Amino acid sequence: MALPLLIGVGCRTDMHVQPRYRPMQPSHVFDDGRSARPLIEGTVARGHLRVDELLYTGKVNGKDSEVFPFPITQEILERGQQRFNIYCVPCHDRTGSGNGIIPQRGFRHPPSYHIDRLRQAPVGHFFDVMTNGFGAMYSFASRVSPRDRWAIAAYIRALQLSQQAGLNDVPPAEQHKLLSEGK
Amino acid sequence: MAQIFHRSTNVLSRLSIFGFVFILAGIVWIAYIVNRSPYITEVGMAQVQPVPFSHKHHVSGLGLDCRFCHTSVETSAFAGMPPTETCMTCHSQIWSDSPMLEPVRESYRSNQSIEWNRVYQLPGYVYFDHSIHINKGIGCSTCHGRVDQMPLMWRASPMQMEWCLNCHRNVEQYVRPRAAVYQMDYQPPKDQVALGEKLVKEYKVQKLTDCYTCHR
Ligand code: HEC
Ligand code: HEC
Ligand code: HEC
Ligand code: HEC
Ligand code: HEC
Ligand code: HEC
Repeated sequence: MALPLLIGVGCRTDMHVQPRYRPMQPSHVFDDGRSARPLIEGTVARGHLRVDELLYTGKVNGKDSEVFPFPITQEILERGQQRFNIYCVPCHDRTGSGNGIIPQRGFRHPPSYHIDRLRQAPVGHFFDVMTNGFGAMYSFASRVSPRDRWAIAAYIRALQLSQQAGLNDVPPAEQHKLLSEGK
Repeated sequence: MAQIFHRSTNVLSRLSIFGFVFILAGIVWIAYIVNRSPYITEVGMAQVQPVPFSHKHHVSGLGLDCRFCHTSVETSAFAGMPPTETCMTCHSQIWSDSPMLEPVRESYRSNQSIEWNRVYQLPGYVYFDHSIHINKGIGCSTCHGRVDQMPLMWRASPMQMEWCLNCHRNVEQYVRPRAAVYQMDYQPPKDQVALGEKLVKEYKVQKLTDCYTCHR
């Protein structure tokens, strides 16, 4: 008789359910029930002061920037490609034609990246669209970090160039391969 | 004085002493089975949610990457749960008058969070970190199963200590190339151990079995 009783008493869950909040656990303290509190407006965490206008807003003196805030390397382009494939491809398609699967299911069709207006747009414009949203497109600022947004902008530039490329842009060693495949 | 019990009861008492061992063993065995059964571990039981969100539809149907919604899985301990804004990225226009999605729109209007029911939850005394597993080449499907086939989320693995340790002791049987971490239909190659040993060297994977790895 004593044994099961002892075992029963031993089964306490104090350590299972500890009096601390795990990420996004509900809270009874606050009216909206969230344990993760929104920042009070104007709060700046240590090391997170956003003084670099170009890096964080994509603008120079209030106008969309023509230049990137840091040099674009092969590595950054690859990062941009990866992020583009995660966050943008569902709507904009891998080539940037705007024919992704979500527009096919009834979402507003985005414009192709290869129209003249967007080919001439400064890179800061792409950064701004991702940061603040554009028309029916929501902002991606909370999902994609500023550096990644610049990497995506660089990759979009590469996509635009790729659609305008001619035979002479292909390395000579590869040219005959393309020609024979084209036949 | 006359005997109270007949001689033949001796056999009975011997039998019951002998049998007690089996009964004890039986109880232990049942406890063992129950502890590993879906009743305790909840493996394979679909969780009811306020919105019938389907990973099958969104992941294999639409080809969305896990990181579209679980944005912090590569960089932090917590995988991240999509805020309502993420759903509204598409559902502001798609199925925007479906009653099924009313809780999502209501949440967006009123700025109240949708309260998803947890599927996986470790006890408070266990520390777990997604980012290290992802960066050392452990795929989502190794722990969460074929998420892309789940109309509602269910547990694919027991998440008991024995299960964690099995991998921590034999990591080479589970690592995969980093590029395949998000691939749901990844099949380990026939020479997994050879590939595993190569990747373990390349990614510098350690075998962490000290108690303080997870209990800290
Ligand atoms: C849910 C679908 C969706 C996703 C995901 C999406 N977009 Fe868009 N995007 C749109 C739509 C729709 C438009 C057109 C908006 C309009 O005109 O109302 C658009 C427009 C744009 C434009 C053109 C703006 C202009 O000047 O015309 C750019 C550039 C752009 N998106 C970049 C991106 C990038 C970069 C990403 C990934 C971080 C992304 N989009 C993700 C739907 C999406
Ligand atoms: C469109 C957004 C979206 C995408 C894409 C997505 N998820 Fe989810 N995920 C959710 C939502 C919403 C929940 C909460 C509801 C539920 O449990 O079904 C969730 C829950 C989960 C859970 C259970 C968490 C818990 O403990 O309750 C796991 C595990 C998970 N997702 C894994 C994945 C994996 C792996 C992928 C990529 C193959 C993925 N998800 C892609 C939105 C998404
Ligand atoms: C990238 C765009 C996108 C995002 C983000 C997204 N959905 Fe969907 N969702 C769709 C599409 C498209 C459909 C319609 C499916 C189809 O036509 O095959 C759909 C269908 C649904 C359905 C209908 C049920 C079903 O499976 O058929 C529910 C419920 C739903 N989504 C919930 C959510 C929730 C909750 C979120 C946020 C965690 C979310 N969705 C995020 C695109 C999206
Ligand atoms: C080594 C096993 C393992 C791998 C690999 C793994 N998870 Fe998890 N996941 C867990 C455990 C354990 C939990 C429960 C964590 C807790 O209760 O604190 C969890 C919880 C989650 C949750 C709920 C939110 C949270 O962090 O608690 C989501 C969403 C999720 N995982 C998505 C993913 C995605 C997406 C991937 C692949 C990129 C992935 N997981 C890879 C073991 C794993
Ligand atoms: C499929 C294999 C696998 C499974 C299952 C698994 N792990 Fe791991 N875990 C790893 C690998 C690989 C590492 C990285 C080791 C290293 O540092 O090189 C790791 C590292 C860790 C770390 C160290 C993180 C740090 O920051 O020091 C913790 C904590 C951990 N795992 C907890 C868990 C828990 C808890 C579970 C069970 C819920 C679990 N793991 C299940 C493979 C796994
Ligand atoms: C890889 C991670 C990991 C390591 C290493 C680990 N544990 Fe655990 N431990 C867990 C998990 C996960 C649980 C929760 C199991 C559950 O929920 O059923 C747990 C639970 C426990 C419990 C509570 C059991 C119960 O049923 O309440 C004890 C006691 C424990 N561990 C002791 C240890 C000791 C001692 C060591 C070192 C030899 C150790 N653990 C190493 C992951 C780990």
